[in-house]
Amino acid sequence: MIAEAGLAALWIAAALSLLQLALGGAALRGAALDHAVRPVSVVQGVVAAFSFGCLVLLFLRTDLSVLLVAQNSHSAKPWLYKFAGTWGNHEGSMLLWVTVLALAGAAVALFERKVAERTLIATLAAQAAIALGFYAFLLFASNPFARLNPAPPEGAGLNPLLQDPGLAFHPPTLYFGYVGISVAFSFAVGALLTRDVGPAFARAMRPWVLAAWTLLTIGITAGSYWAYYELGWGGWWFWDPVENASLMPWLAATALLHSVTVLATRDGLRAWTLMLAVVAFSMSMVGTFLVRSGILTSVHSFAVDPGRGAFILALLGLYIGGALLLFALRVGTVREGATFEPVSREGALVANNLLLSAILGIVFVGTLYPLAVEAVTGEKLSVGPPYFNSATGPLALLLVLILGAGPLIRWRRDRLAAVARRMAVPLVLSVLVCLAFLLFAPGIGILPLLGLMLAVGIGVASLAPLWGRNLRRTPLFTWGMVIAHFGVAVSLGGMASEGAFTQERLAAVRPGEPVRVGPYTVRLRSVDPIAGPNWTAMEGQLLVEGRGSAFTLGPQARTFTAPPTETSEAAIATRIDGQLYTVLGRQNEDGRWQLRLWWKPFVTLIWFGGGLIALGGLLSLIGRVRREGRAKEALA
Amino acid sequence: MKRLILWIPLAVFAAFLLVVAFGLQRPPEAALPSKMIGKPVPDFALPAALPGREGLSSAGLATGSPRVVNIFASWCVPCIAESPYLLQLEERGVPIDAIAIRDKPEDIARFLERHGDPYARIGADRDSSVQLALGSAGVPETFVIDGRGVIRYQHIGGIGPAQVEELARAYEAAR
Repeated sequence: MIAEAGLAALWIAAALSLLQLALGGAALRGAALDHAVRPVSVVQGVVAAFSFGCLVLLFLRTDLSVLLVAQNSHSAKPWLYKFAGTWGNHEGSMLLWVTVLALAGAAVALFERKVAERTLIATLAAQAAIALGFYAFLLFASNPFARLNPAPPEGAGLNPLLQDPGLAFHPPTLYFGYVGISVAFSFAVGALLTRDVGPAFARAMRPWVLAAWTLLTIGITAGSYWAYYELGWGGWWFWDPVENASLMPWLAATALLHSVTVLATRDGLRAWTLMLAVVAFSMSMVGTFLVRSGILTSVHSFAVDPGRGAFILALLGLYIGGALLLFALRVGTVREGATFEPVSREGALVANNLLLSAILGIVFVGTLYPLAVEAVTGEKLSVGPPYFNSATGPLALLLVLILGAGPLIRWRRDRLAAVARRMAVPLVLSVLVCLAFLLFAPGIGILPLLGLMLAVGIGVASLAPLWGRNLRRTPLFTWGMVIAHFGVAVSLGGMASEGAFTQERLAAVRPGEPVRVGPYTVRLRSVDPIAGPNWTAMEGQLLVEGRGSAFTLGPQARTFTAPPTETSEAAIATRIDGQLYTVLGRQNEDGRWQLRLWWKPFVTLIWFGGGLIALGGLLSLIGRVRREGRAKEALA
Repeated sequence: MKRLILWIPLAVFAAFLLVVAFGLQRPPEAALPSKMIGKPVPDFALPAALPGREGLSSAGLATGSPRVVNIFASWCVPCIAESPYLLQLEERGVPIDAIAIRDKPEDIARFLERHGDPYARIGADRDSSVQLALGSAGVPETFVIDGRGVIRYQHIGGIGPAQVEELARAYEAAR
């Protein structure tokens, strides 16, 4: 019954999105139907959420007469993984995707009061058009509620790598950001249809972009930490296609966040802001396609099906192609925005946008280049960290420099000398830091060195907008900007420190043999076999001594039986100034065990900085919403 | 000119669609098929891995009827996982030989005692040279070799229920 109710709700939601699209279209042509569009959007969101709720219930009850549950769940799983199993598979995650899309549309219908009514209706119609295609994809190519007759006695279980509490809530967070940015896309399409682009439009769109961007930031930060401790390779970013798929919308959304500020404050960058809004969600859809079609080989892909890939590709062609075509045809008729001098806040924000776009282009090309080469020459190759790091690194550093200076430059026009004077303290600090490292730690790479000096200088510069202000009367969104920018400096410091000072030891040891890494001496005491519910493992007992304390760590080499996979469970000790990261490898022929040990100074700053960036986004969002609310009260 | 710039995003996207559409109609399982299939087994002669048992040589594989050759080791955990399925295969009348990689006789004996012994002959490959000559990169791997000593099938990784069927089919096809 539950499965049938869920499927029925999915059909109803699809029908409602069609109705919403038709009503919106008719209202834009002058029919007196505009009052009906908002309620339909809200109901569509509720019905989609109900359908998703049905699937969650089926997973919680382990209803094995449903094909999807039988393939992906198991009655003996802890309830948390039954719950998370709902989106740990292709159909369930696509249902979550479209549910978030519908809820985002419903939220716009409920809460958006600032934008012009016609633009809002066009926006909701665009949101409905996207939802309609993905409902069709679910109903015709990925039905999550298909029955299985007869029901099997037991389910097949969940991919062992995905059985991790961190990962259970990683996809929903990422999806809310990933798909939430669809609102910006629909806003842009709506504005192109009504040709109404201006500060009011930008102020209406900004909170939605902020909310999606904040969630995306949390999702990426958490995903990076998950890969760091779960994959056991000691790295925190692998330039894996799936990681890039989440990074590309984030880069576009970050650029959008800044250009929308120019549009809201100074009525500049009209066409560019619309373009970024289209690109941001296009990157989300491209990312979904890359992950879901299995077209790029990756450590993440778990649903490989070319038929479904073709379906999503057709949707991409329709939506992205349609939006870009509309852009090309219409944007010429949107009035030019205000102009400005090169040395101005607007100028700095344009530089920010160009750099972010360039990085986005590099990541995009690097992700798809292997595929393009194979199309032309038939050769298989992979583009790895060397390309991405050396191509994006210098641009990212330049971007951080501008990030420090930007908030200290006045709107419209400023003098270079004045800006240099305001940046004097941070710049001098940077140079001092650089000299100190050259003196006391020679031989660190050029990128880590630049990273460290910028992290310190820009960390200070990012706090400068608060200088001399009454902190209690400083608006919340200014706090948000400062904290987010400071977070970038903190994260950069972590990355540079990790890159410059990480110590790595790869050793084959007998029990009792000491290995020194960083401030610690590590001894292997014993290796014992242990068994989990669906895996066996060899667990190393490591005795770690140093800095006047001793503790034990237990890294494991796990072997899962079905499907046969080997994973290494790293054991990590976190200290205030870094992490000791240990991995147990294989046993050599002569009986010695391979150990990989890393001492990573200040590596945790990478994710702490990511958290600060997200916190800044949240504060800005609250600040913006409160200010608009107050402005409305004042008017009333 | 300005008008043309506005069309660039659409052109880039069209190029993306082309590349990706190509990628989609590529065969889904793009794993490279083994280069060794259709080639004769390289010449080798391995001593017996256990005292009192028969060793394995390339001449001994070209005797007119097909055989399955399993590459394993007592130190390999996935080999434990696949052992019941090798026994199933043997019960269905498929003759299985083995090559033990970098292993000691007493360890092999203990492994076979604990996890079952489906093997007719076991050759000891102490330095992995035969394994490499066969085009095998890891343990476990399983080959089907026809009566003339030509490699017909190679499975990389452990054997599960699905591979029992596949191997049985490949064995029948090689007869």
